[in-house]
Amino acid sequence: MIHSLFLINASGDIFLEKHWKSVVSRSVCDYFFEAQERATEPENVPPVIPTPHHYLISVLRHRIYFVAVIQSEVPPLFVIEFLHRVVDTFQDYFGVCTEAAIKDNVVVVYELLEEMLDNGFPLATESNILKELIKPPTILRTMVNTITGSTNVGEQLPTGQLSVVPWRRTGVKYTNNEAYFDVVEEIDAIIDKSGSTITAEIQGVIDACVKLTGMPDLTLSFMNPRLLDDVSFHPCVRFKRWEAERILSFIPPDGNFRLLSYHVSSQNLVAIPVYVKHNITFREGSSQGRFDLTLGPKQTMGKAVESVLVSSQLPRGVLNANLNPSQGTYTFDPVTKLLTWDVGKINPQKLPSLKGTMNLQAGASKPDENPTINIQFKIQQMAISGTQLHTHPHTLQLQSQSSSSQLTTA
Amino acid sequence: MTDSKYFTTTKKGEIFELKAELNSDKKEKKKEAVKKVIASMTVGKDVSALFPDVVNCMQTDNLELKKLVYLYLMNYAKSQPDMAIMAVNTFVKDCEDPNPLIRALAVRTMGCIRVDKITEYLCEPLRKCLKDEDPYVRKTAAVCVAKLHDINAQLVEDQGFLDTLKDLISDSNPMVVANAVAALSEIAESHPNSNLLDLNPQTINKLLTALNECTEWGQIFILDCLANYTPRDDRESQSICERVTPRLSHANSAVVLSAVKVLMKFMEMLPKDLDYYGTLLKKLAPPLVTLLSAEPELQYVALRNINLIVQRRPEILKHEMKVFFVKYNDPIYVKLEKLDIMIRLASQANIAQVLAELKEYATEVDVDFVRKAVRAIGRCAIKVEQSAERCVSTLLDLIQTKVNYVVQEAIVVIKDIFRKYPNKYESVIATLCENLDSLDEPEARAAMIWIVGEYAERIDNADELLESFLEGFHDESTQVQLQLLTAIVKLFLKKPTETQELVQQVLSLATQDSDNPDLRDRGYIYWRLLSTDPVAAKEVVLAEKPLISEETDLIEPTLLEELICHIGTLASVYHKPPSAFVEGSRGVQHKRLPGSAGSGESVESPDTGSAAGVSDAPPAVIPSQGDLLGDLLNLDLTPPATTGPPPPATSGMQLGAMDLLGGGLDSLLGGDLGGSSAMGAGFGAPPAAPAASFSAPVSGGLDDLFDLGGGVGMPMGAYSPPKTVWLPAMKGKGLEISGTFARRAGVIQMEMTLTNKAMSVMTDFAIQFNRNSFGLAPAGPLQVLTPLSPNQSIEVTLPLNTVGPVMKMDPLNNLQVAVKNNIDVFYFSCQYPISMLFVEDGKMERQVFLATWKDISNDNEAQFQIKDCHLSSDAVSNKLQGSNIFTIAKRTVDGQDMLYQSTKLSNGIWVLAELRVQTGNPTFTVCLKCRAPEVSQCVFQSYDAVLKN
Repeated sequence: MIHSLFLINASGDIFLEKHWKSVVSRSVCDYFFEAQERATEPENVPPVIPTPHHYLISVLRHRIYFVAVIQSEVPPLFVIEFLHRVVDTFQDYFGVCTEAAIKDNVVVVYELLEEMLDNGFPLATESNILKELIKPPTILRTMVNTITGSTNVGEQLPTGQLSVVPWRRTGVKYTNNEAYFDVVEEIDAIIDKSGSTITAEIQGVIDACVKLTGMPDLTLSFMNPRLLDDVSFHPCVRFKRWEAERILSFIPPDGNFRLLSYHVSSQNLVAIPVYVKHNITFREGSSQGRFDLTLGPKQTMGKAVESVLVSSQLPRGVLNANLNPSQGTYTFDPVTKLLTWDVGKINPQKLPSLKGTMNLQAGASKPDENPTINIQFKIQQMAISGTQLHTHPHTLQLQSQSSSSQLTTA
Repeated sequence: MTDSKYFTTTKKGEIFELKAELNSDKKEKKKEAVKKVIASMTVGKDVSALFPDVVNCMQTDNLELKKLVYLYLMNYAKSQPDMAIMAVNTFVKDCEDPNPLIRALAVRTMGCIRVDKITEYLCEPLRKCLKDEDPYVRKTAAVCVAKLHDINAQLVEDQGFLDTLKDLISDSNPMVVANAVAALSEIAESHPNSNLLDLNPQTINKLLTALNECTEWGQIFILDCLANYTPRDDRESQSICERVTPRLSHANSAVVLSAVKVLMKFMEMLPKDLDYYGTLLKKLAPPLVTLLSAEPELQYVALRNINLIVQRRPEILKHEMKVFFVKYNDPIYVKLEKLDIMIRLASQANIAQVLAELKEYATEVDVDFVRKAVRAIGRCAIKVEQSAERCVSTLLDLIQTKVNYVVQEAIVVIKDIFRKYPNKYESVIATLCENLDSLDEPEARAAMIWIVGEYAERIDNADELLESFLEGFHDESTQVQLQLLTAIVKLFLKKPTETQELVQQVLSLATQDSDNPDLRDRGYIYWRLLSTDPVAAKEVVLAEKPLISEETDLIEPTLLEELICHIGTLASVYHKPPSAFVEGSRGVQHKRLPGSAGSGESVESPDTGSAAGVSDAPPAVIPSQGDLLGDLLNLDLTPPATTGPPPPATSGMQLGAMDLLGGGLDSLLGGDLGGSSAMGAGFGAPPAAPAASFSAPVSGGLDDLFDLGGGVGMPMGAYSPPKTVWLPAMKGKGLEISGTFARRAGVIQMEMTLTNKAMSVMTDFAIQFNRNSFGLAPAGPLQVLTPLSPNQSIEVTLPLNTVGPVMKMDPLNNLQVAVKNNIDVFYFSCQYPISMLFVEDGKMERQVFLATWKDISNDNEAQFQIKDCHLSSDAVSNKLQGSNIFTIAKRTVDGQDMLYQSTKLSNGIWVLAELRVQTGNPTFTVCLKCRAPEVSQCVFQSYDAVLKN
């Protein structure tokens, strides 16, 4: 099981360590540093590193490496999933998961880690339960604690720990009963020069925020459940019912949680909601090249395309670029040759464009690679896959649907 | 007001100040002080000096303070064992607190104090907590048993905690069940032979029920535990699968992968024609695909496992090629894994897509990735014949880029393509030769040299090319040197007239100026071959090369089976059996997939349980590379890792000065070594002193070259069972016949003792056989020349042949005999050991073996166990060889020797065998494959008999 945990920041300092069994010397991290040195990019550090007596399993989140030390045969996915849970919990408690936040709350962090793992076995990882055991720090509570001398450690056995619905605490009361469901979809698509889609897949999640009194039993159904290829559910969803009737039936946890995530594969045709007209050329024998890019919406069902961000890795030979955006701002990093253009919202009447020239380095030959163009955008209130939730008589209001997407053109 | 204030302290006397604060009367100040201590501890400062002061704070009703003190205790108790005893009382008290949270906290902390002295005091509280009314306390106590076991295993056993823990598996609360399973699994890991997790259908049922209700982590423990169970039949297996399948939709990927493990294992038991089997296959694909959209770390582990799954059951993901396409922002470790799986999934249907992708990858920036992509193109060519042409032209395009490492990598793979499709793509050689100068890596140089040597007759200036390499002979790596030697010898054999000088030069370089025993020995071998018999040399050196297998670096089937049982673990990430690397897994048992029920094979040895019979093993591909085929002569590009002692001085072998080719090849060594017949006798049994100096350092290589059998040692006589009474005197009217069978010098003999127990003289003996399975018949009359007087015995040996009439008998080796004498005709039947039908020329060529093994369907495979055999693998192969069971190759995988053997029956039936011998384990496993599977049982009996004799 998980022996120890080290948190390492971007500059290679171990700023927190926690041991659940015997103490493992922090020199074990030297093997990690070695691997880190070998990797060219921070994210290229292999997740599983063997050392003579231990195994190091690491994840990189928010520029912090979470390095777990294990000694015996433990499923690596188990460790990685657990580390992710630790990150999520920190984020949940402190708003952000940064070195500063962790150092500021080091005692809470320690209490949390102690509560989450016992002798290497996960103990309580559900945020609902943790919050009952250890109250998240808020300015108000800290002040109250200092004045009254009370603590932020719960005195009661968390009620959900052993019930049939371990994810929900009992005795929840709200004056305003409400539940929100967000359908967030990300398309990941590669489009070739001529505009035809090579691959496209959709990763979707339904995040929920449920604030309902008592033990509500909810049902949700989809307009078109067949779209969903592969679904992973929060443990609260009754799987049998889904299998039989394609209806989501569950007693929700209290507060925010991810109800389900799904995958719509490329077999189903995905309509890409934006298009790009591009003309990037270098002339033979000239040190200049033309750059011309225009974006436009298509098939957005009248919804606006927002937060558009275009980035493109220009060829290595490019020295600089003189471009003129019709809207938004652009930057060109001469070291990494990365061009980014923050477009903002696309106005269908006046399509945004970026035109101008690029200068090649002296003596550089005409680059033969075609730069790839990366486009990120968001469309509120639209799910690309066509997923739609049906509401059921439980007075549920479907509040907002949003979708953010990422697109690559080659 | 954040905790960071705890880190800032005044410079002088930090510990001193904390001490004062800890002993303060004010609760608030105390708590702040403890927090400061904890903060220092987390960043690795030594605050152990404060131990007594902190422990004093333990007696408090403030839960947070209590927790903090417990945290401190866990960290430092080990360094202050005497002090830690002070804490015991509080623990005992807390274990009886009315608040279950405090009881649980106490029992949790207790177990983390790793001090021997204390543990004894903790047994009573722990026992109470294990039976606590509150499940929260029980589940915490279950884990505590595992902790305690880690500290003092004996104590836990003596106190009977293990039994209590086992009882908890039947607890009403699923969380308690899950924790009990987790604790037991951990304890079991250090006691591989203890029967801690004694799984039976009842406990399995309980686990499956708990599986639905416990937390995700508990599900992982339960699933991993389920994977160790072997269901009784396919029905039970199916019902478990049905109940596990919903876990595939879990949000936690570790749960998903553990579920996949259970399903992959139990699927083996399901009959393939079952509808449910197909449904299950379909259900496995989507969750695996979804794992690939998770974070890169998860993807990596998932991909390593998918790699195994694809090898075992390619059908699951055969339509999902696209998800393995590399994304531009994947970390490199994910990219490389994806590439590997792409090649495994490549087939005629998707090859165009794959090639287009690979070609793109080959222009990426990351060198490792590009190299692997180029190699992948070559592997596609070898795997999918239809695509070979396109692959070759793609590779040529890549060579034109002149990017150094791309060119080198391309040449290495083109060499393999030439091997696979001889006489098809040689037109590209010219292009390759243009890049000769840019090659600086040994592997690429060796590959190029191989190509030049192999196609010397088509390359006009082959001699010049090779000569150019020869100049820097001593600076080359061994790999290149060996290859160069072989290539020049090939060249010489093809164009003898122009290259005499060259070959002489390389031979003298190899034999005289090199310190490398491999190189020198290979040089001598060639030298002798050339000088003794150039025609033979041609036959050997330019021999037809065995085909290379389509799939490279496949995991060896037995290992794959074991790894499938370990999906989701470290073993599956490293593709090594757990015993190979996990410290502390003291003698992990090897797991095997269960056999499928009701498949074609009925032959089972009487002493093997049904679980041991692996029936539909995967197409057992024996990797064709290096070690097994040992194709030293003209294929081997990997330098043999010989670190033998420096070879003895080659007395009498000063050949360099002689004119090797001038005077007459035959005479060159003839005089020295006593004629070429000595050569013919083989190096295995060294005929003369000088030759002996050969066999010492080369052993492995020579065995490969000549006859492995010869090298192993002198064969012992064939096994012959002791005589048994075939015809008792009671039935034979006074004639008693006892006898046995033997094979001596290639002749099957029936050895009988005839005893006259009657009162009268017996004469006129004659013998006849009934038709039998292998057409055994007497080769001559029964030679009893003198009459047999009362109480006299006579030994008769009857030579047999196998040309008689054939009829299948039951059992197969049954022989019905009629013996006549002057009194009457007597009938009896006896069983002969099938080993006497094993003919002397039953040694199969390696490549033929490989092909045959693949060719014979898995339904014809039978597996047996030979128990209580205490022989080393060498002794085994020696012994078997005596009975004409020939060892063709031997491999050692993870301490387990695998002997690949062949034998041929007198009627031409080949039996192939894979014998697994594990050092220290008296039980051997033998896998038999034969086109006529009914003989397997008999052959196994012979194995058993021969080895135990």
